[in-house]
Amino acid sequence: MPLTLNPGEILETIRMVEAQNLDIRTITMGISLRDCRSEDYQGIARKVYSKITRCAERLVRVGEELQREYGIPIINKRISVTPIALVADGLAADELVQLALVLDRAAKEVGVNFIGGYSCLVHKGMTVGDENLLQSIPQALAVTERVCSSVNVATTRAGINMDAVYSMGKITKQTAALTAENGGVGCAKLVVFCNVPEDNPFMAGAFHGIGEPECVINTGVSGPGVILHAIREQGNVDFGALASAIKLTAFKVTRMGELIGRRASERLGVPFGIVDLSLAPTPAIGDSVAEILEAMGLEKCGTHGTTAALALLNDAVKKGGAMASSYVGGLSGAFIPVSEDAGMVAAVEAGALTLDKLEAMTSVCSVGLDMIAVPGDTSAETLSAIMADEAAIGMINRKTTATRLIPVPGKKVGERVEFGGLLGGATIMPVNRFSSVAFVQRGGRIPAPIQALNN
Amino acid sequence: MCRGFGQTGEIIAAGMEVGGDEVGAEGNRVVVTVLGHDRVGIIAGLTEILARNSVNILDITQTILQDVFAMIMLVDMGTGTVDLKSLQEQLDLKGQEIGVKVTAVHEDVFRFMHRL
Repeated sequence: MPLTLNPGEILETIRMVEAQNLDIRTITMGISLRDCRSEDYQGIARKVYSKITRCAERLVRVGEELQREYGIPIINKRISVTPIALVADGLAADELVQLALVLDRAAKEVGVNFIGGYSCLVHKGMTVGDENLLQSIPQALAVTERVCSSVNVATTRAGINMDAVYSMGKITKQTAALTAENGGVGCAKLVVFCNVPEDNPFMAGAFHGIGEPECVINTGVSGPGVILHAIREQGNVDFGALASAIKLTAFKVTRMGELIGRRASERLGVPFGIVDLSLAPTPAIGDSVAEILEAMGLEKCGTHGTTAALALLNDAVKKGGAMASSYVGGLSGAFIPVSEDAGMVAAVEAGALTLDKLEAMTSVCSVGLDMIAVPGDTSAETLSAIMADEAAIGMINRKTTATRLIPVPGKKVGERVEFGGLLGGATIMPVNRFSSVAFVQRGGRIPAPIQALNN
Repeated sequence: MCRGFGQTGEIIAAGMEVGGDEVGAEGNRVVVTVLGHDRVGIIAGLTEILARNSVNILDITQTILQDVFAMIMLVDMGTGTVDLKSLQEQLDLKGQEIGVKVTAVHEDVFRFMHRL
């Protein structure tokens, strides 16, 4: 029996796109580079460049076609690859930097704006290759534009590799130093994870996991603006009705990711992976997760009640989105990237939102301490301790958490830094002035928690 | 156009009949939406473009929502002599001439969003 759509529904969709910032935040093509191993650097570099440019040749064009045909903006086309530490285990640090340049070149050739996967997974320990990759990160992120890097330092099953956490504090500082003239922007392309997902399409933490096929299309939807509108329309209803409204809207938003993902997959001849139904804010007005929390009844994001509000929001988004797609994956929840969300920035400047509150919020939402600008003189050990805290939240609660911390060289609390584009701008937040040096220097692993023993 | 009584006796409101084939199929139907202030010549101006390109109009519905005139046409690109991109450009240009906003997108967008 033929479907009947009423004009109200058609106009609702049009309004979502035109007035409420509904968009597909990213189509990310995941590409396996496992078959690019070779005797030496030259061989690997050649194969990597060739494979990426071959697989992703039509990605941007198809993205633009779909945007035109379906009228939904597809903001970014991106690539994620097999963690480079796996592909290039055996290369020295300087050769790895050269490989990063190859990734950068391949990304530019096909026209994507980010390529993620300059990564290693060291939650239980490091191989020689992992060590080399870690040491190469600051330089790699300084000499490339589009390469994103991530390091998984903990899982619920393995515990937290505190040696890796200790290293990452130093590596973050070095990355900031090498990109000092751009506000330490290298750190905006570096994520430290606990329980990293293998199929996350969002940068900077995207990579193509080992359990994934040759090539895959993942989409990341967005739509804080759409959810915000839906909440405002509801007015003063009880929590059940509020959650329902968010669920319904999340369903609609995710359906767009499903549609675009399926069509992209058909046209590119590549299997469809997942829809990541994360609410991902941008600096644009009305596209803010903080504003959603405020529309739920909080004077300013960060005040008491924020964690509860975020818990409701995150859960309702997941429930609504889960019905909308056959394969939901990635991070899928609400993002709270402080510099990319105008409402968050305002809340920080007003003194309403602190690092401690953000840490609490990460226990109920999908990402972690994301795009947090801290003073340039923050010590490596303090950064490590912040990473350890996030990893602990993720490890104990069997969820993904992460940190993307930016110690902005030369800047102090309250000052502004501008990264530009989707990265937005941030106000430097204070960190606790008491030391954690003796703690993070102990070495070894924080053992896996008892909940890991679930066989 | 469905008006009148449905199979189970309920009144079916006026609406767009949209392809009932399975959600995976990539049909050829496009929804053209026109938004703006009501004036003489909107329908004539836009249907002229569709006729010129041999695009068949399957359904037209028109409504006023919060003082905004909205016209929605379901058209079939199958008989047409242009691709969607070109049609969008022509309709957009005409829309600017007349003073209305015209969008033309594949019907799947609405099917996917509003139906399970």
